[in-house]
Amino acid sequence: MNADAVIIRVRGLKTRFGRQVVHDDLDLDVRRGEVIGIVGGSGTGKSVLLRTIVGLNRPAAGRIEVFGQDLAVLPEAERRRLERRWGVLFQDGALFSSLTVAQNIQVALREHLHLPQPLQDEIASLKIVLVGLPADAGGKFPSELSGGMRKRAGLARALALDPELLFLDEPTAGLDPIGAAAFDQLIRRLQRSLNLTVFMVTHDLDSLHAICDRIAVLAERRVIVVGTMRDMLAHPHPWIREYFHGPRARAALGAPAGLAAVDDRS
Amino acid sequence: MAAGGFSTSQERGGWVLRGGGRWDVEHSAALDAALRALEPAGMRSLSFRLGEIERLDTAGAWLLHRTLRQLAAAGIACDLAELRPEHQAMLEQVAIGDRPAPAVPEPLPPLLAVIARLGRGALDVRREAEQLLGFFGAVSAGLLRTIVQPRRLRFTSFVFHLERVGLNALPIVGLISFLIGVVLAYQGAVQLQRFGAQVFVVNLIGVSVLREIGILLTAIVVAGRSGSAFAAQIGSMMVHQEVDAMRTLGLDPMDMLVLPRILALVIALPLLCFYADLMGLLGGGMMAWLVLDISPGLFIERLNQSVTVWSFLVGMIKAPVFGFVIGLIGCLEGLRVGGSAESVGRQTTRAVVAAIFLVIVLDAVFSIFFSLVGV
Repeated sequence: MNADAVIIRVRGLKTRFGRQVVHDDLDLDVRRGEVIGIVGGSGTGKSVLLRTIVGLNRPAAGRIEVFGQDLAVLPEAERRRLERRWGVLFQDGALFSSLTVAQNIQVALREHLHLPQPLQDEIASLKIVLVGLPADAGGKFPSELSGGMRKRAGLARALALDPELLFLDEPTAGLDPIGAAAFDQLIRRLQRSLNLTVFMVTHDLDSLHAICDRIAVLAERRVIVVGTMRDMLAHPHPWIREYFHGPRARAALGAPAGLAAVDDRS
Repeated sequence: MAAGGFSTSQERGGWVLRGGGRWDVEHSAALDAALRALEPAGMRSLSFRLGEIERLDTAGAWLLHRTLRQLAAAGIACDLAELRPEHQAMLEQVAIGDRPAPAVPEPLPPLLAVIARLGRGALDVRREAEQLLGFFGAVSAGLLRTIVQPRRLRFTSFVFHLERVGLNALPIVGLISFLIGVVLAYQGAVQLQRFGAQVFVVNLIGVSVLREIGILLTAIVVAGRSGSAFAAQIGSMMVHQEVDAMRTLGLDPMDMLVLPRILALVIALPLLCFYADLMGLLGGGMMAWLVLDISPGLFIERLNQSVTVWSFLVGMIKAPVFGFVIGLIGCLEGLRVGGSAESVGRQTTRAVVAAIFLVIVLDAVFSIFFSLVGV
């Protein structure tokens, strides 16, 4: 497997709801093993893009290939097989509220792989600890968890089948700064040790800075730039300038110090 | 790529386990069984040669880790050889996650479990009765407040709910009453014909529809339609913290949500009941005409002789009470929703079941009352 291989290839994507066109002629490549952050103003269709790639929205036109396969033309059974190779973390975890955390994690193991129950229990408790939840969280129901814990539990469920590709929808939104930083580190650590490709929709400049290898900017219904943090800081587009040079950005990136840190990484 | 597997053999230096293929979650069931069946008897050491493993994910690494731990506990010296660095990293990652699972409390013996369940159920019933009584008090106080200060009533919301629970229920209530009238007339006719007393079918229809069937059917349909809707609407507002938001804005959910709904039902149910009575009599009358040749003129005449105004009033007096109870329970169950979407469904079901149950209990109480006062 080529390290630079493209794992998601989007070409000429057009999505719309009724008359409102969200994306028009959108192109995007995501490479294997990278963490890509998707940014854009509110309503530019970041989450819609994620949903469209994983097949929850049907595009009006265009081609989406994941793992080199065009999802739109794939037979149902093949598609199901492919879907097992990715995991999705929704904004608020989207845990099944009638199941405990451990059962949430085991759903896919049971439905797809029919693993014996003792092994399911072992895998669930392993994942629970891996995402940094206390060991007794497995028996709790989602309504008994805090927002941050629900995110972690959602991540554990997304990782249940050991996917190669992980979709995260605003993973740090609603977390306190310490919790958000810990979540960033968790994603980075899991990404490295499990060799994941991560597609992350986020607003969090700290996450972008801390864990994203590349950043894709959505504006004017397409991806206008893809590049590293340094590319973003140097880009002349007015929205990007405002986003990455605004007061919050300066605080997050530590202005010149941030630049230096980016230099070290690249 | 090959399925994950391993083989053990005895070589010069001791026992050797050679693993290969894909040690991943897809093949974990077979690996799990094979590794559990690994018989360490007679081994003093076991050398793992794992260079042939193509893919090792957390599930595979966990199985490897677990086996190593079990062998170590059995006093067998293990060493890992030829493990790829990325697999080594995965194994270390999994080792971090190996914590003893918290003890699950022992389930009670079956007989005791049944008794415990019964006890919990009884306590639940008591708590619910208390809550219902408390809510009844709160709603009554709210109603009195509204009577003193009519401006507190959310008039728009009241009218909106009146349309939903009253006007929109007309087709279904009318249809059901009409059909029951038809059935009643037909079945009554078959029985009464044997005694040559078919003309009394008018009495049967008149008394049963006006006193009982019209109001009971209406109440049951409304409990299913509107009681459930109240519980689900308020319940999903609870899930999304809308009710809490209302409180923080200084708005009283009692005024905003509960009273308009309950008042709408109290007003709508007598109207619906009247309509149901008419449709029931119409259905019965039509069937009497078709099957028994009782002409509409004769039907009305017999009806006049057989029913008094009290037969009609008995039904109508019950209507606002039933409306109040259905609304009360619908709103209470909605407000009792906590946290999850599942809870909305549960409380909605409870609202319907409890409302229908209470309606029928109250109907029995009313019968006793009316027979005591001699109506």
